[in-house]
Amino acid sequence: MSEVGAFVPDEPVDESRRKFLTVATSATAAVGAVLAAVPFVESWQPSERARALGAPVEVDISKVEVGQMILSSWRLQVIYIVRRPQSLVDTLPKNDSDLKDAKSQYSEQPAYAMNEMRSRRADVLVMIGFCTHLGCLPKQFFDPGDPVLGATWPGGWRCPCHGSRFDMAGRVFNGSPAPTNLRVPPYSFRGETLVIGLDSATAAT
Amino acid sequence: MRKSAIAILVLSLGAALPALVAAAAAEEGAAAPEVVHWESWRAGNTVTDLASLQRGAHNFMSYCNGCHSLQYERYQRMADDLKIPTTVLEAQLLPPASNHLDYITSAMPSEDAALWFGKAPPDLSLIARSKGTDYIYQFLKTFYVDPTRGSGSNNLAYPNTAMPAVLSSLEGVKEATFKTEGDEKVFQHFESTVPGTLTSAQYDDFVRDTVNFLDYVGEPVQAARRSMGKWVVAFLVLLTALSWLLKKEYWKDVH
Amino acid sequence: MANEAHSKAASAPGLWGWINKRLPVDAFWRSQASEYYAPKNFNFWYFFGSLALLVLVIQLVTGIFLAMFYKVGATTAFGSVEFIMREVDYGWLLRYLHSTGASAFFLVIYLHMFRAMLYGSYKAPRELLWLFGMFIYLTLMAEAFMGYVLPWGNMSFWAAQVIINLFGTIPVAGPALVEWIRGDYGIADATLNRFFSLHVVALPLVLLLLVALHLVALHEVGSNNPDGIEIKEKKNAKGQPLDGIPFHPYYTVKDLLGAGVFLTLFAIVVFFVPTLSDLFLEKANFEPANPLSTPDPISPSWYFTPYYAILRSVPDKATGALLMLVAVMAFFFLPWLDRSPVRSIRYRGWIYRAFLALFALSFLGLMYLGLQPAQGIYVTLSRIFAVPYFAFFLLMPIYSRMDRVKPLPDRVTFHA
Repeated sequence: MSEVGAFVPDEPVDESRRKFLTVATSATAAVGAVLAAVPFVESWQPSERARALGAPVEVDISKVEVGQMILSSWRLQVIYIVRRPQSLVDTLPKNDSDLKDAKSQYSEQPAYAMNEMRSRRADVLVMIGFCTHLGCLPKQFFDPGDPVLGATWPGGWRCPCHGSRFDMAGRVFNGSPAPTNLRVPPYSFRGETLVIGLDSATAAT
Repeated sequence: MRKSAIAILVLSLGAALPALVAAAAAEEGAAAPEVVHWESWRAGNTVTDLASLQRGAHNFMSYCNGCHSLQYERYQRMADDLKIPTTVLEAQLLPPASNHLDYITSAMPSEDAALWFGKAPPDLSLIARSKGTDYIYQFLKTFYVDPTRGSGSNNLAYPNTAMPAVLSSLEGVKEATFKTEGDEKVFQHFESTVPGTLTSAQYDDFVRDTVNFLDYVGEPVQAARRSMGKWVVAFLVLLTALSWLLKKEYWKDVH
Repeated sequence: MANEAHSKAASAPGLWGWINKRLPVDAFWRSQASEYYAPKNFNFWYFFGSLALLVLVIQLVTGIFLAMFYKVGATTAFGSVEFIMREVDYGWLLRYLHSTGASAFFLVIYLHMFRAMLYGSYKAPRELLWLFGMFIYLTLMAEAFMGYVLPWGNMSFWAAQVIINLFGTIPVAGPALVEWIRGDYGIADATLNRFFSLHVVALPLVLLLLVALHLVALHEVGSNNPDGIEIKEKKNAKGQPLDGIPFHPYYTVKDLLGAGVFLTLFAIVVFFVPTLSDLFLEKANFEPANPLSTPDPISPSWYFTPYYAILRSVPDKATGALLMLVAVMAFFFLPWLDRSPVRSIRYRGWIYRAFLALFALSFLGLMYLGLQPAQGIYVTLSRIFAVPYFAFFLLMPIYSRMDRVKPLPDRVTFHA
C-alpha cells in the first residue's frame, strides 16, 4: 500500500459510471462553450447604429432629366438612378442574345425587377452600382453607337477595371468578366419620391 | 380631611401636569410640524413596470425634453422597449421633423442655455446611474421659493442649482422654513403657497414615473439582462453539479 | 524517461506520429499533466491559481472584443462605451464581463497570495516562483489602473490625475517624470492614447510572459501543499511521489469543479449586480471626464484601497507615497524575512498565527477605510491599522525565529 501510488484505487473502479459522468459533463461543458461563444459572434453583427444608418433612403427624382443618371447611397452601397429615354427601353429585347443572363435568372433583384427592363417603371432604373465582378463602379456610356465602344453599342455601362459591359437595364454582356447582371435593391415610389430599401413605400405601417 | 384633600389636589395636578404640558406642546406642534427628513425619501420605482415607464416617457418629453437631451437613446429603441405603438410614438413623443431612428436630442441650444441659465442643462441619459434614482426623486420634490436666486427658486438636494422650478405648475409653489442652529441653517419643512394642478399624491406618482423612465434610459438592457441571467446561472449550476459528481467519482481513487 | 515517451508517440501511426516526431505534444502532455505529480492534499486555498488563469483568459477574450468597438480619444471614448452598452449586440455583456473580471482577478489573486502566506509557499526553493508572482501582481495593478482610465469617465480622469501625481514625489526627477508619463501639461488625450496601447498590447504581453515563467518555475520545483512538506522526498519504485497524484485527471477534474462554482458566482454578479453597489463600477464614472470638477468622495477601486488608506494616513505627501510603495514592495521580501524552519501555518506557533491574523484583518480594514472619505476617524483608524500591517513584515525575522514550531508529519494529512 505504501509503495503503490496514492491514486491507485483500493476498490474496483466503476468504469461505466466514470465514462457516463465524463461524457455528460463534457457534453454540458461543450454546450456551454457554444452558448458562451454566441455573444462574441453576435457582437460582430451590424450595430444598432449601422442598422439605423441603413434605414431606407428617400430620393426626390422629380428633377432628374431624361438620359441623366444620379447617384445615391443605401447601406453603404452606391445606387445608380437613371431616367431612361423610352427609345432605349424599347431596344432592350434586341440585346437578349448577347447577354449572359437575359432573363435575370441567376442575378439578384426583387421580384418586381425580374423583367426585361429590370425595374418597376420603364422610365426609371434603380441599381446597385458595384460591378458584379470585383466591385468597381462602371462608367456610363448611354449613347448608342458611342465612338469608344463601337457602332453596335446599344447604350449602357462599361466597367473601367476589367472591361465588363452592361446594357441599359444593367444586364451583363457576353465576354465580360462579370458573371451576373447589376444587382437591384428593394425600392418603391411615393409619387416622384424614390424610397430605396423599402419594397412598399405606401403601405400603412 | 383638608390635608388629604390638598394631597389629592396636588397629586391630581401632578398627574395632570404632564398631560397639560403635552397638550400645550401638541398645540404648538400642530402649528409647527417636526423636521422633514427629505434625505431619506426613496424613489421606490419599479423599472419593470411598463405602464409607469410609458407615463414617465410622456412626462419627460412634455416637461424635460425642452432643455434636456437623452443623447444615447433612440426614439425607436424607447418605443420597442416600452412597447409603445408607432402611432403613439409619432403622435405624442416624436418631435416634428424627427425620425424614429434619431437619438433623443433637445431643441435647446447648449451655448445659449449656458448663457441664460449659467450652466447648460446636462444630458440626462446616465443621470440615474451617476446620481441614483433617489437623488433625482428628491431633487424634483425639494424646489422652494428663493428670491435671492435669479431663477426665483432653490433646491435642497442640489443647493443653488441653475435649474428653475419648471414643475411648479404641477406641484405648486412651496416655501421652505429653516431654523438657525449655530451658524447653519437647518431645513424644517415646506409650506405650500400656491397649489399646483396635481394633488400631492399625483405629483409624487408623476415624479416616480419620470424617475423610473430615467432609470430605464440609464441602462435600457437591464430587464433583458436579468431575465437572461436566470438561464445562465441555472445552466452553470447544472454544469457545476455534474462536475462535482465527476470529481467525486474520480477522487474515489485517491487514498 | 521523457525521451522514451517521446519516441513512443513519435513512432505512432498516422497524423499523431507525424506531429509528435516534429513537436513534443505527447511528451509535453505527460510531463505537465498526466504524469506530473502534485500533492494529494490540496484544499480550498489551492483553487485560486487555476481560477486566476481562467480570469486572465476571460479578460483577454472580452478585452479583444471590446477593443473592436471602443474608440480611443478624449472626445470619443466615453460615447463609444455607451455605444457598446446600447448599440452593439451583446456589447453590454462584453462590458460587464470585463469590468467584473477585473475585480474578480484581484479577489482571486489576493486569495492566491494568502494561500502562499498560510503555507509558506514562498519559502525555498520557491522564492523565484514567488517573485514572478509578485511581478505579475505589479503588472496587474498597472494594467487595471490603465484600463480604468479608458472609459474616460470622471473617475477615470481624476484617478489618472492622482496616481500620476504620485510620481511627482520622487525627488529631483519627479515633476519631469509626471509630464513625461502624461505626455501633456495635464491629463489629456495623449495620456489616454498611450494608456490604451499599454493596456491592450504591451502589458497583456508582459503578463502572458510572466505567467508562463511563473508556471515553468512552479513545475521545476513542484507545488507546495498545506502541510508544507516536500512530497518529492518520498517516492516509490516507479519514481512517483508517494503522496502525489497525477495532475490529470485528478486536478483537471477538481479545477473544473472550482471553475463551475466560480463562474456561477461570477454570472450572478454580471447579470444581477454588475455595479455591486458602486464597488465594481463607480457612479462617478457614468459622468464624462470633467477637468473642472473632482468627484466627491473620491477613491480608487476597492483592490487598491488598502494602499490608498496607507497613503492618506500620512500628512506628508512624499512620506505617504514612500510608505505606500514600501507596503506593496514588502511582499517581495517575504522569502527572506521568514526565518521559520517550517513552512505551513499548521506547524507554526501562536505568534505567527497572531501576526498573520492581524495582518489579514488590517489589510481588510485598510481596504474598507480607503473607500471612505479622507477625514476624521477614518484617517485615525488607517494609522492604527497600518501598524499591524507593517509589523507583520518588519518584525518577521524576529518572531518567525522565536516562534515554537510543532513537529512535522512524515506524510501529508489527507482525508478522502
